[in-house]
Amino acid sequence: MRITTTVNGTRHDVDDVWPGESLLYVLRERMGLPGSKNACEQGECGSCTVYLDGEPVCACLVAAGQAIDREITTVEGLATGEGLHPVQEAFVEAGAVQCGFCTPGLLVAAHDLLERVPDPSDLEIREALAGNLCRCTGYEKILDAVRLAASRQARA
Amino acid sequence: MSTEAGTRTTATSSPGRVGDSPLRPDGTLKVTGEFAYASDLWHDDMVWGVTLRSPHPHARIRGIDLTGALTVPGVTAVLTADDVPGENAVGLEHADQPVLASEFVRYEGEPVALVAADHPETARRAAARIRVDYEVLPAVTDPRRAMDEDAPAVHRPGNLVRHLRLRRGDPSVTAPVVVSLDVEVGMQDQAFLGPESGLAVPAEDGGVDLYVATQWLHVDQRQMCLALGMPADKVRLHLAGVGGAFGGREDLSVHVHACLLALRTGRPVKMSYGREESFFGHVHRHPAWLTYEFGAERDGTLVYARATVLLDGGAYASSTAAVVGNAGTLGLGPYRIPNVAVDAYGVFTNNPPCGAMRGFGCVQAAFAHEALMDELADAVELDRVAIRQLNGMREGDRNITGQVIDSAAPVAELLQIVSELPLPPAREDGADLRSLPGSVGNTTHGEGVVRGIGYAVTYKNVAFSEGFDDYSTARVRLEMTGGEAVATVHTAAAEVGQGLITVEQQICRTELGVERVVVHPKDTTVGSGGSTSASRQTYVTGGAVQAACAAVRTVVLERAARILDRAAADLRLDGEKIVGASGEVLTGLSDVLGEDAVEETAEYRHRPTHAIDPQTGQGDAHVQFAFSAHRAVVDVDVELGLVKVVALDTAQDVGRAINPDAVVGQIHGGSAQGMGLALMEEIVVTDGHVRNPSFTDYLIPTILDMPPMQVKVLEYADPHAPYGVRGVGEPPTISSGPAVAAAVRAACGKPLRRVPIRPEHITGT
Amino acid sequence: MDFLQPRSWADALAARAERPDAVPIAGGTDLMVDLNFDRRRPGALLDLGRVAELREWSVGDGAGGGRTVRLGAGVPYARIVDELGDRLPGLAMAARTVGSPQIRVRGTVGGNLGSASPAGDAHPPLLAVGAVIEVESAARGARRIPAADFYTGVKRSALAEDELIAAVLLPEAAGPQQFCKVGTRNAMVIAVSAFACALHPDRKAVGTGIGSAAPTPRRAPEAEEFLAGELDSAGLWDSRGELPETLARAFGERVAAAASPIDDVRGSAAYRRHSLSVMARRSVLWAWTQYQHDLRKAA
Repeated sequence: MRITTTVNGTRHDVDDVWPGESLLYVLRERMGLPGSKNACEQGECGSCTVYLDGEPVCACLVAAGQAIDREITTVEGLATGEGLHPVQEAFVEAGAVQCGFCTPGLLVAAHDLLERVPDPSDLEIREALAGNLCRCTGYEKILDAVRLAASRQARA
Repeated sequence: MSTEAGTRTTATSSPGRVGDSPLRPDGTLKVTGEFAYASDLWHDDMVWGVTLRSPHPHARIRGIDLTGALTVPGVTAVLTADDVPGENAVGLEHADQPVLASEFVRYEGEPVALVAADHPETARRAAARIRVDYEVLPAVTDPRRAMDEDAPAVHRPGNLVRHLRLRRGDPSVTAPVVVSLDVEVGMQDQAFLGPESGLAVPAEDGGVDLYVATQWLHVDQRQMCLALGMPADKVRLHLAGVGGAFGGREDLSVHVHACLLALRTGRPVKMSYGREESFFGHVHRHPAWLTYEFGAERDGTLVYARATVLLDGGAYASSTAAVVGNAGTLGLGPYRIPNVAVDAYGVFTNNPPCGAMRGFGCVQAAFAHEALMDELADAVELDRVAIRQLNGMREGDRNITGQVIDSAAPVAELLQIVSELPLPPAREDGADLRSLPGSVGNTTHGEGVVRGIGYAVTYKNVAFSEGFDDYSTARVRLEMTGGEAVATVHTAAAEVGQGLITVEQQICRTELGVERVVVHPKDTTVGSGGSTSASRQTYVTGGAVQAACAAVRTVVLERAARILDRAAADLRLDGEKIVGASGEVLTGLSDVLGEDAVEETAEYRHRPTHAIDPQTGQGDAHVQFAFSAHRAVVDVDVELGLVKVVALDTAQDVGRAINPDAVVGQIHGGSAQGMGLALMEEIVVTDGHVRNPSFTDYLIPTILDMPPMQVKVLEYADPHAPYGVRGVGEPPTISSGPAVAAAVRAACGKPLRRVPIRPEHITGT
Repeated sequence: MDFLQPRSWADALAARAERPDAVPIAGGTDLMVDLNFDRRRPGALLDLGRVAELREWSVGDGAGGGRTVRLGAGVPYARIVDELGDRLPGLAMAARTVGSPQIRVRGTVGGNLGSASPAGDAHPPLLAVGAVIEVESAARGARRIPAADFYTGVKRSALAEDELIAAVLLPEAAGPQQFCKVGTRNAMVIAVSAFACALHPDRKAVGTGIGSAAPTPRRAPEAEEFLAGELDSAGLWDSRGELPETLARAFGERVAAAASPIDDVRGSAAYRRHSLSVMARRSVLWAWTQYQHDLRKAA
């Protein structure tokens, strides 16, 4: 089947998609956008989190056809200007990135949280990011990064 | 041949020398999604490889019919053991595991056949059409029965992998206070997030290039050469981006399989496991059964310790023998014990193979010795910090193998620090659900919730032990590029997320006085870096980089000395300048180097270690010891058996922090893994079958499970190690879990002798 | 495998009738796992995501003078949490425990019903309030199935092969509701056991729902009748006096007795039973305290 969709502002047409493929597979293997990660493919780790029409979802649980004519934003599309998005910057600076496999999904989830709640409490951060597993950091520096990004966005 | 592989995993970076905390050079690539992990690799014309695995824990293969698979359109190759050109055997310590099973399968999930096809779904469908005729055999799945006379033999001659016998002092001595217990530790998984993946690209010279996520390129290469029947110059490995490792990438996964398919099809082959296959595709932490007894004076001073440790090695040897070595030689913890008898066993079963995981044998033992130390504290009416301080090892002591602890052993101080850290505030009435056991599951509003505090301490060997020739290689090149001095550091030491590449840069900057350091992609065109395991890379590869820099510096200074007509010994390199003894600038580095590059390669070996005596277990088995202590504070809903860890605070001696922020990051992450084992992480195996190979039922801590962590870092330099460093990565995983378990016991007043502690254990259901 | 993507409810029903081999997919949070893990290969996927009617909820007059929420089968959990916490408090509490934020954005009550897993988080609150499932086929039109009759076995339901789930009808809360779920992790966990209760002071009744502790989600009718009767005979519905702890405990024991749990990798049968008794006891006390508080608030 043919999948036509808009990813990071660019229209993509992909042919010969097997309908059992997930949006994640289509992004990674057919559109050359491997930034969203494939850690569990069952919605239990959040590594593949992308925006689907403005909502953070696990791309592994979206059937390819469900993405037709939708707007998708992946980690590759978070930075809009020249440099990094403040959330990306904060993750690097706070040491929230080790192996980094969870990072793309966490960035989308954190970005979404800060869009909705500009000054989240620690418990709000924890509940909002509870769908994103990280095996390296113990999450402490991820909390630091979200707090840092929030404080910078508040000043900006 | 062009490939994306391996080209976007490293980059140049920001300033920062030893002791600073520069940002990691791959950070920007990792937050933009551009960093190329092994599972991201792609190649024109590539096909996908999949693995057919055994559904049985133990069976004889009577025949394999490939017809169904071969007729699926899109399939390019179907391979079995008959297609392995070299030795059909690989393994870290013993080559006992077939690349593809031939006569027997010995565990559920053992690879039997391979399929390559143009789409992974096609390959999966084809693999499902392979007919394997199995004769199911009796399986040995209880390691406590593995050495029984009537137990089926997993391998010839029998099911014992290693028995470590350790005797010190008078093992038959008696003591006025005796405490004992049995402890059981479940099978933990590394649960790295990046699945096993690799891309094998056949080369025009008949060889193959493999881009793969691994922990030790050269040990992979050695095994692959034997299996592929090819020399090392034809089997070239390149480190692809690694999504975590924690020991689970020490053994081979896709390596030989992808190369076999690539060489057969003449096309690049990508293999990438899903999560379920990943649970079958790597070794796990050994489950353990431990029986411990301490004898002490009435004041709590230890008189003797007796321990038996049984580790289930599963179907193949992997690193079981070395894990037994650690569980035996370090299995009584960082305590002064004059009289000791330890027997540690690793056995073969038809369970999933077990091997390396962060903490390596010490994790299991720590649950036993720390629980028993609490028992002893209660028996002699000392508090749990005091009993550990009373018996804690000190510098100059001999440990239970008779080895002198010849650098800092701050057991008492670490415990003092954690015990004096501020405690979290008491739980408030009307607390937010998210701060209570059960969280938004809304299982308590405070009912049944009891707070508990627990302590634990550990020590862990750093680097490889028992006489292993443990070394690393570094190649450093210094040249002027665009008017700027650039150092390029090339090692084969795997960056798996821990930040070794940052450390390599920091050392180069420090030793060569340049700002710009490029980390060369990791591959086998330079000598071995040794394994990214045993908390060893900053020590050993750090030492190699330091040595290679020193060699480069020597050449540069000698050259400068000739130009300046001064003694090289009076010159230093600093900030792209050659400076004299009192810091005066004598000439620029660019004037000395000109168009030339100076490149030197160095190997670094830590002090030798020695085999232990097979009868007594005595000997200088280890090169360095790293100490840490944890204090855990938990709220337990004792009626429902649910736990919320409220605080997990720690102190650790790191010798010298090359990158203090990264050190703290390691301690955070290591602590989380230990806590996970204490409370939730277990691969449940029944009759040889894994019952929970998914992230739905193998639970690792979420951000709502982890508490805030206070981390105190001590820096007592080890005079024998480069910069005084001490390995960092593993101790937090060892002492955190027993502290959490102790805190839960304190809260609910139950012995809780098995981890992970389940609600059933707390509630007696 | 085909991909069917109707744009209207009528087209969806037609597609369902024509393709018995098609599997409906809404949020994908169950089905895609089966596809990704190579467990299922249906002839077609019937995507209900473009059927706008399914993503709406509305309020109308219900039986007995109350108001009824008609919750489209495709309203995701995140919207239930955000939009329906006052009208459907029990379901909203359950919705908050579903998977992760990413799952709650996609997952739906319709999907939970379609899968009919005994562990589905939505089921206990549906049972506790006496929800009715509205299903429809192109051939026979719509019919309504009480939630208590909907679940027929492990991952089996009363839904016929040619039917789709249109909506769930739930009475607006007339009294306090609670939902509790035990998992061995503090987030993103499948229920080891779950319990929902609802007080219906308007008809002096108690509703219950048990999850993950029997082949199907189920009520605890004997416990419901016991507690409602005791409350009535002690005049507590009217006096709003203290609910005795002993009564709550006896209720919890009856709830536990209604379960028929199994041992599995997530928990033991004994623990499931035990945890149900604790959750039922605690949650009914919380609900009763709310009931007492509601009067004070009204006064």
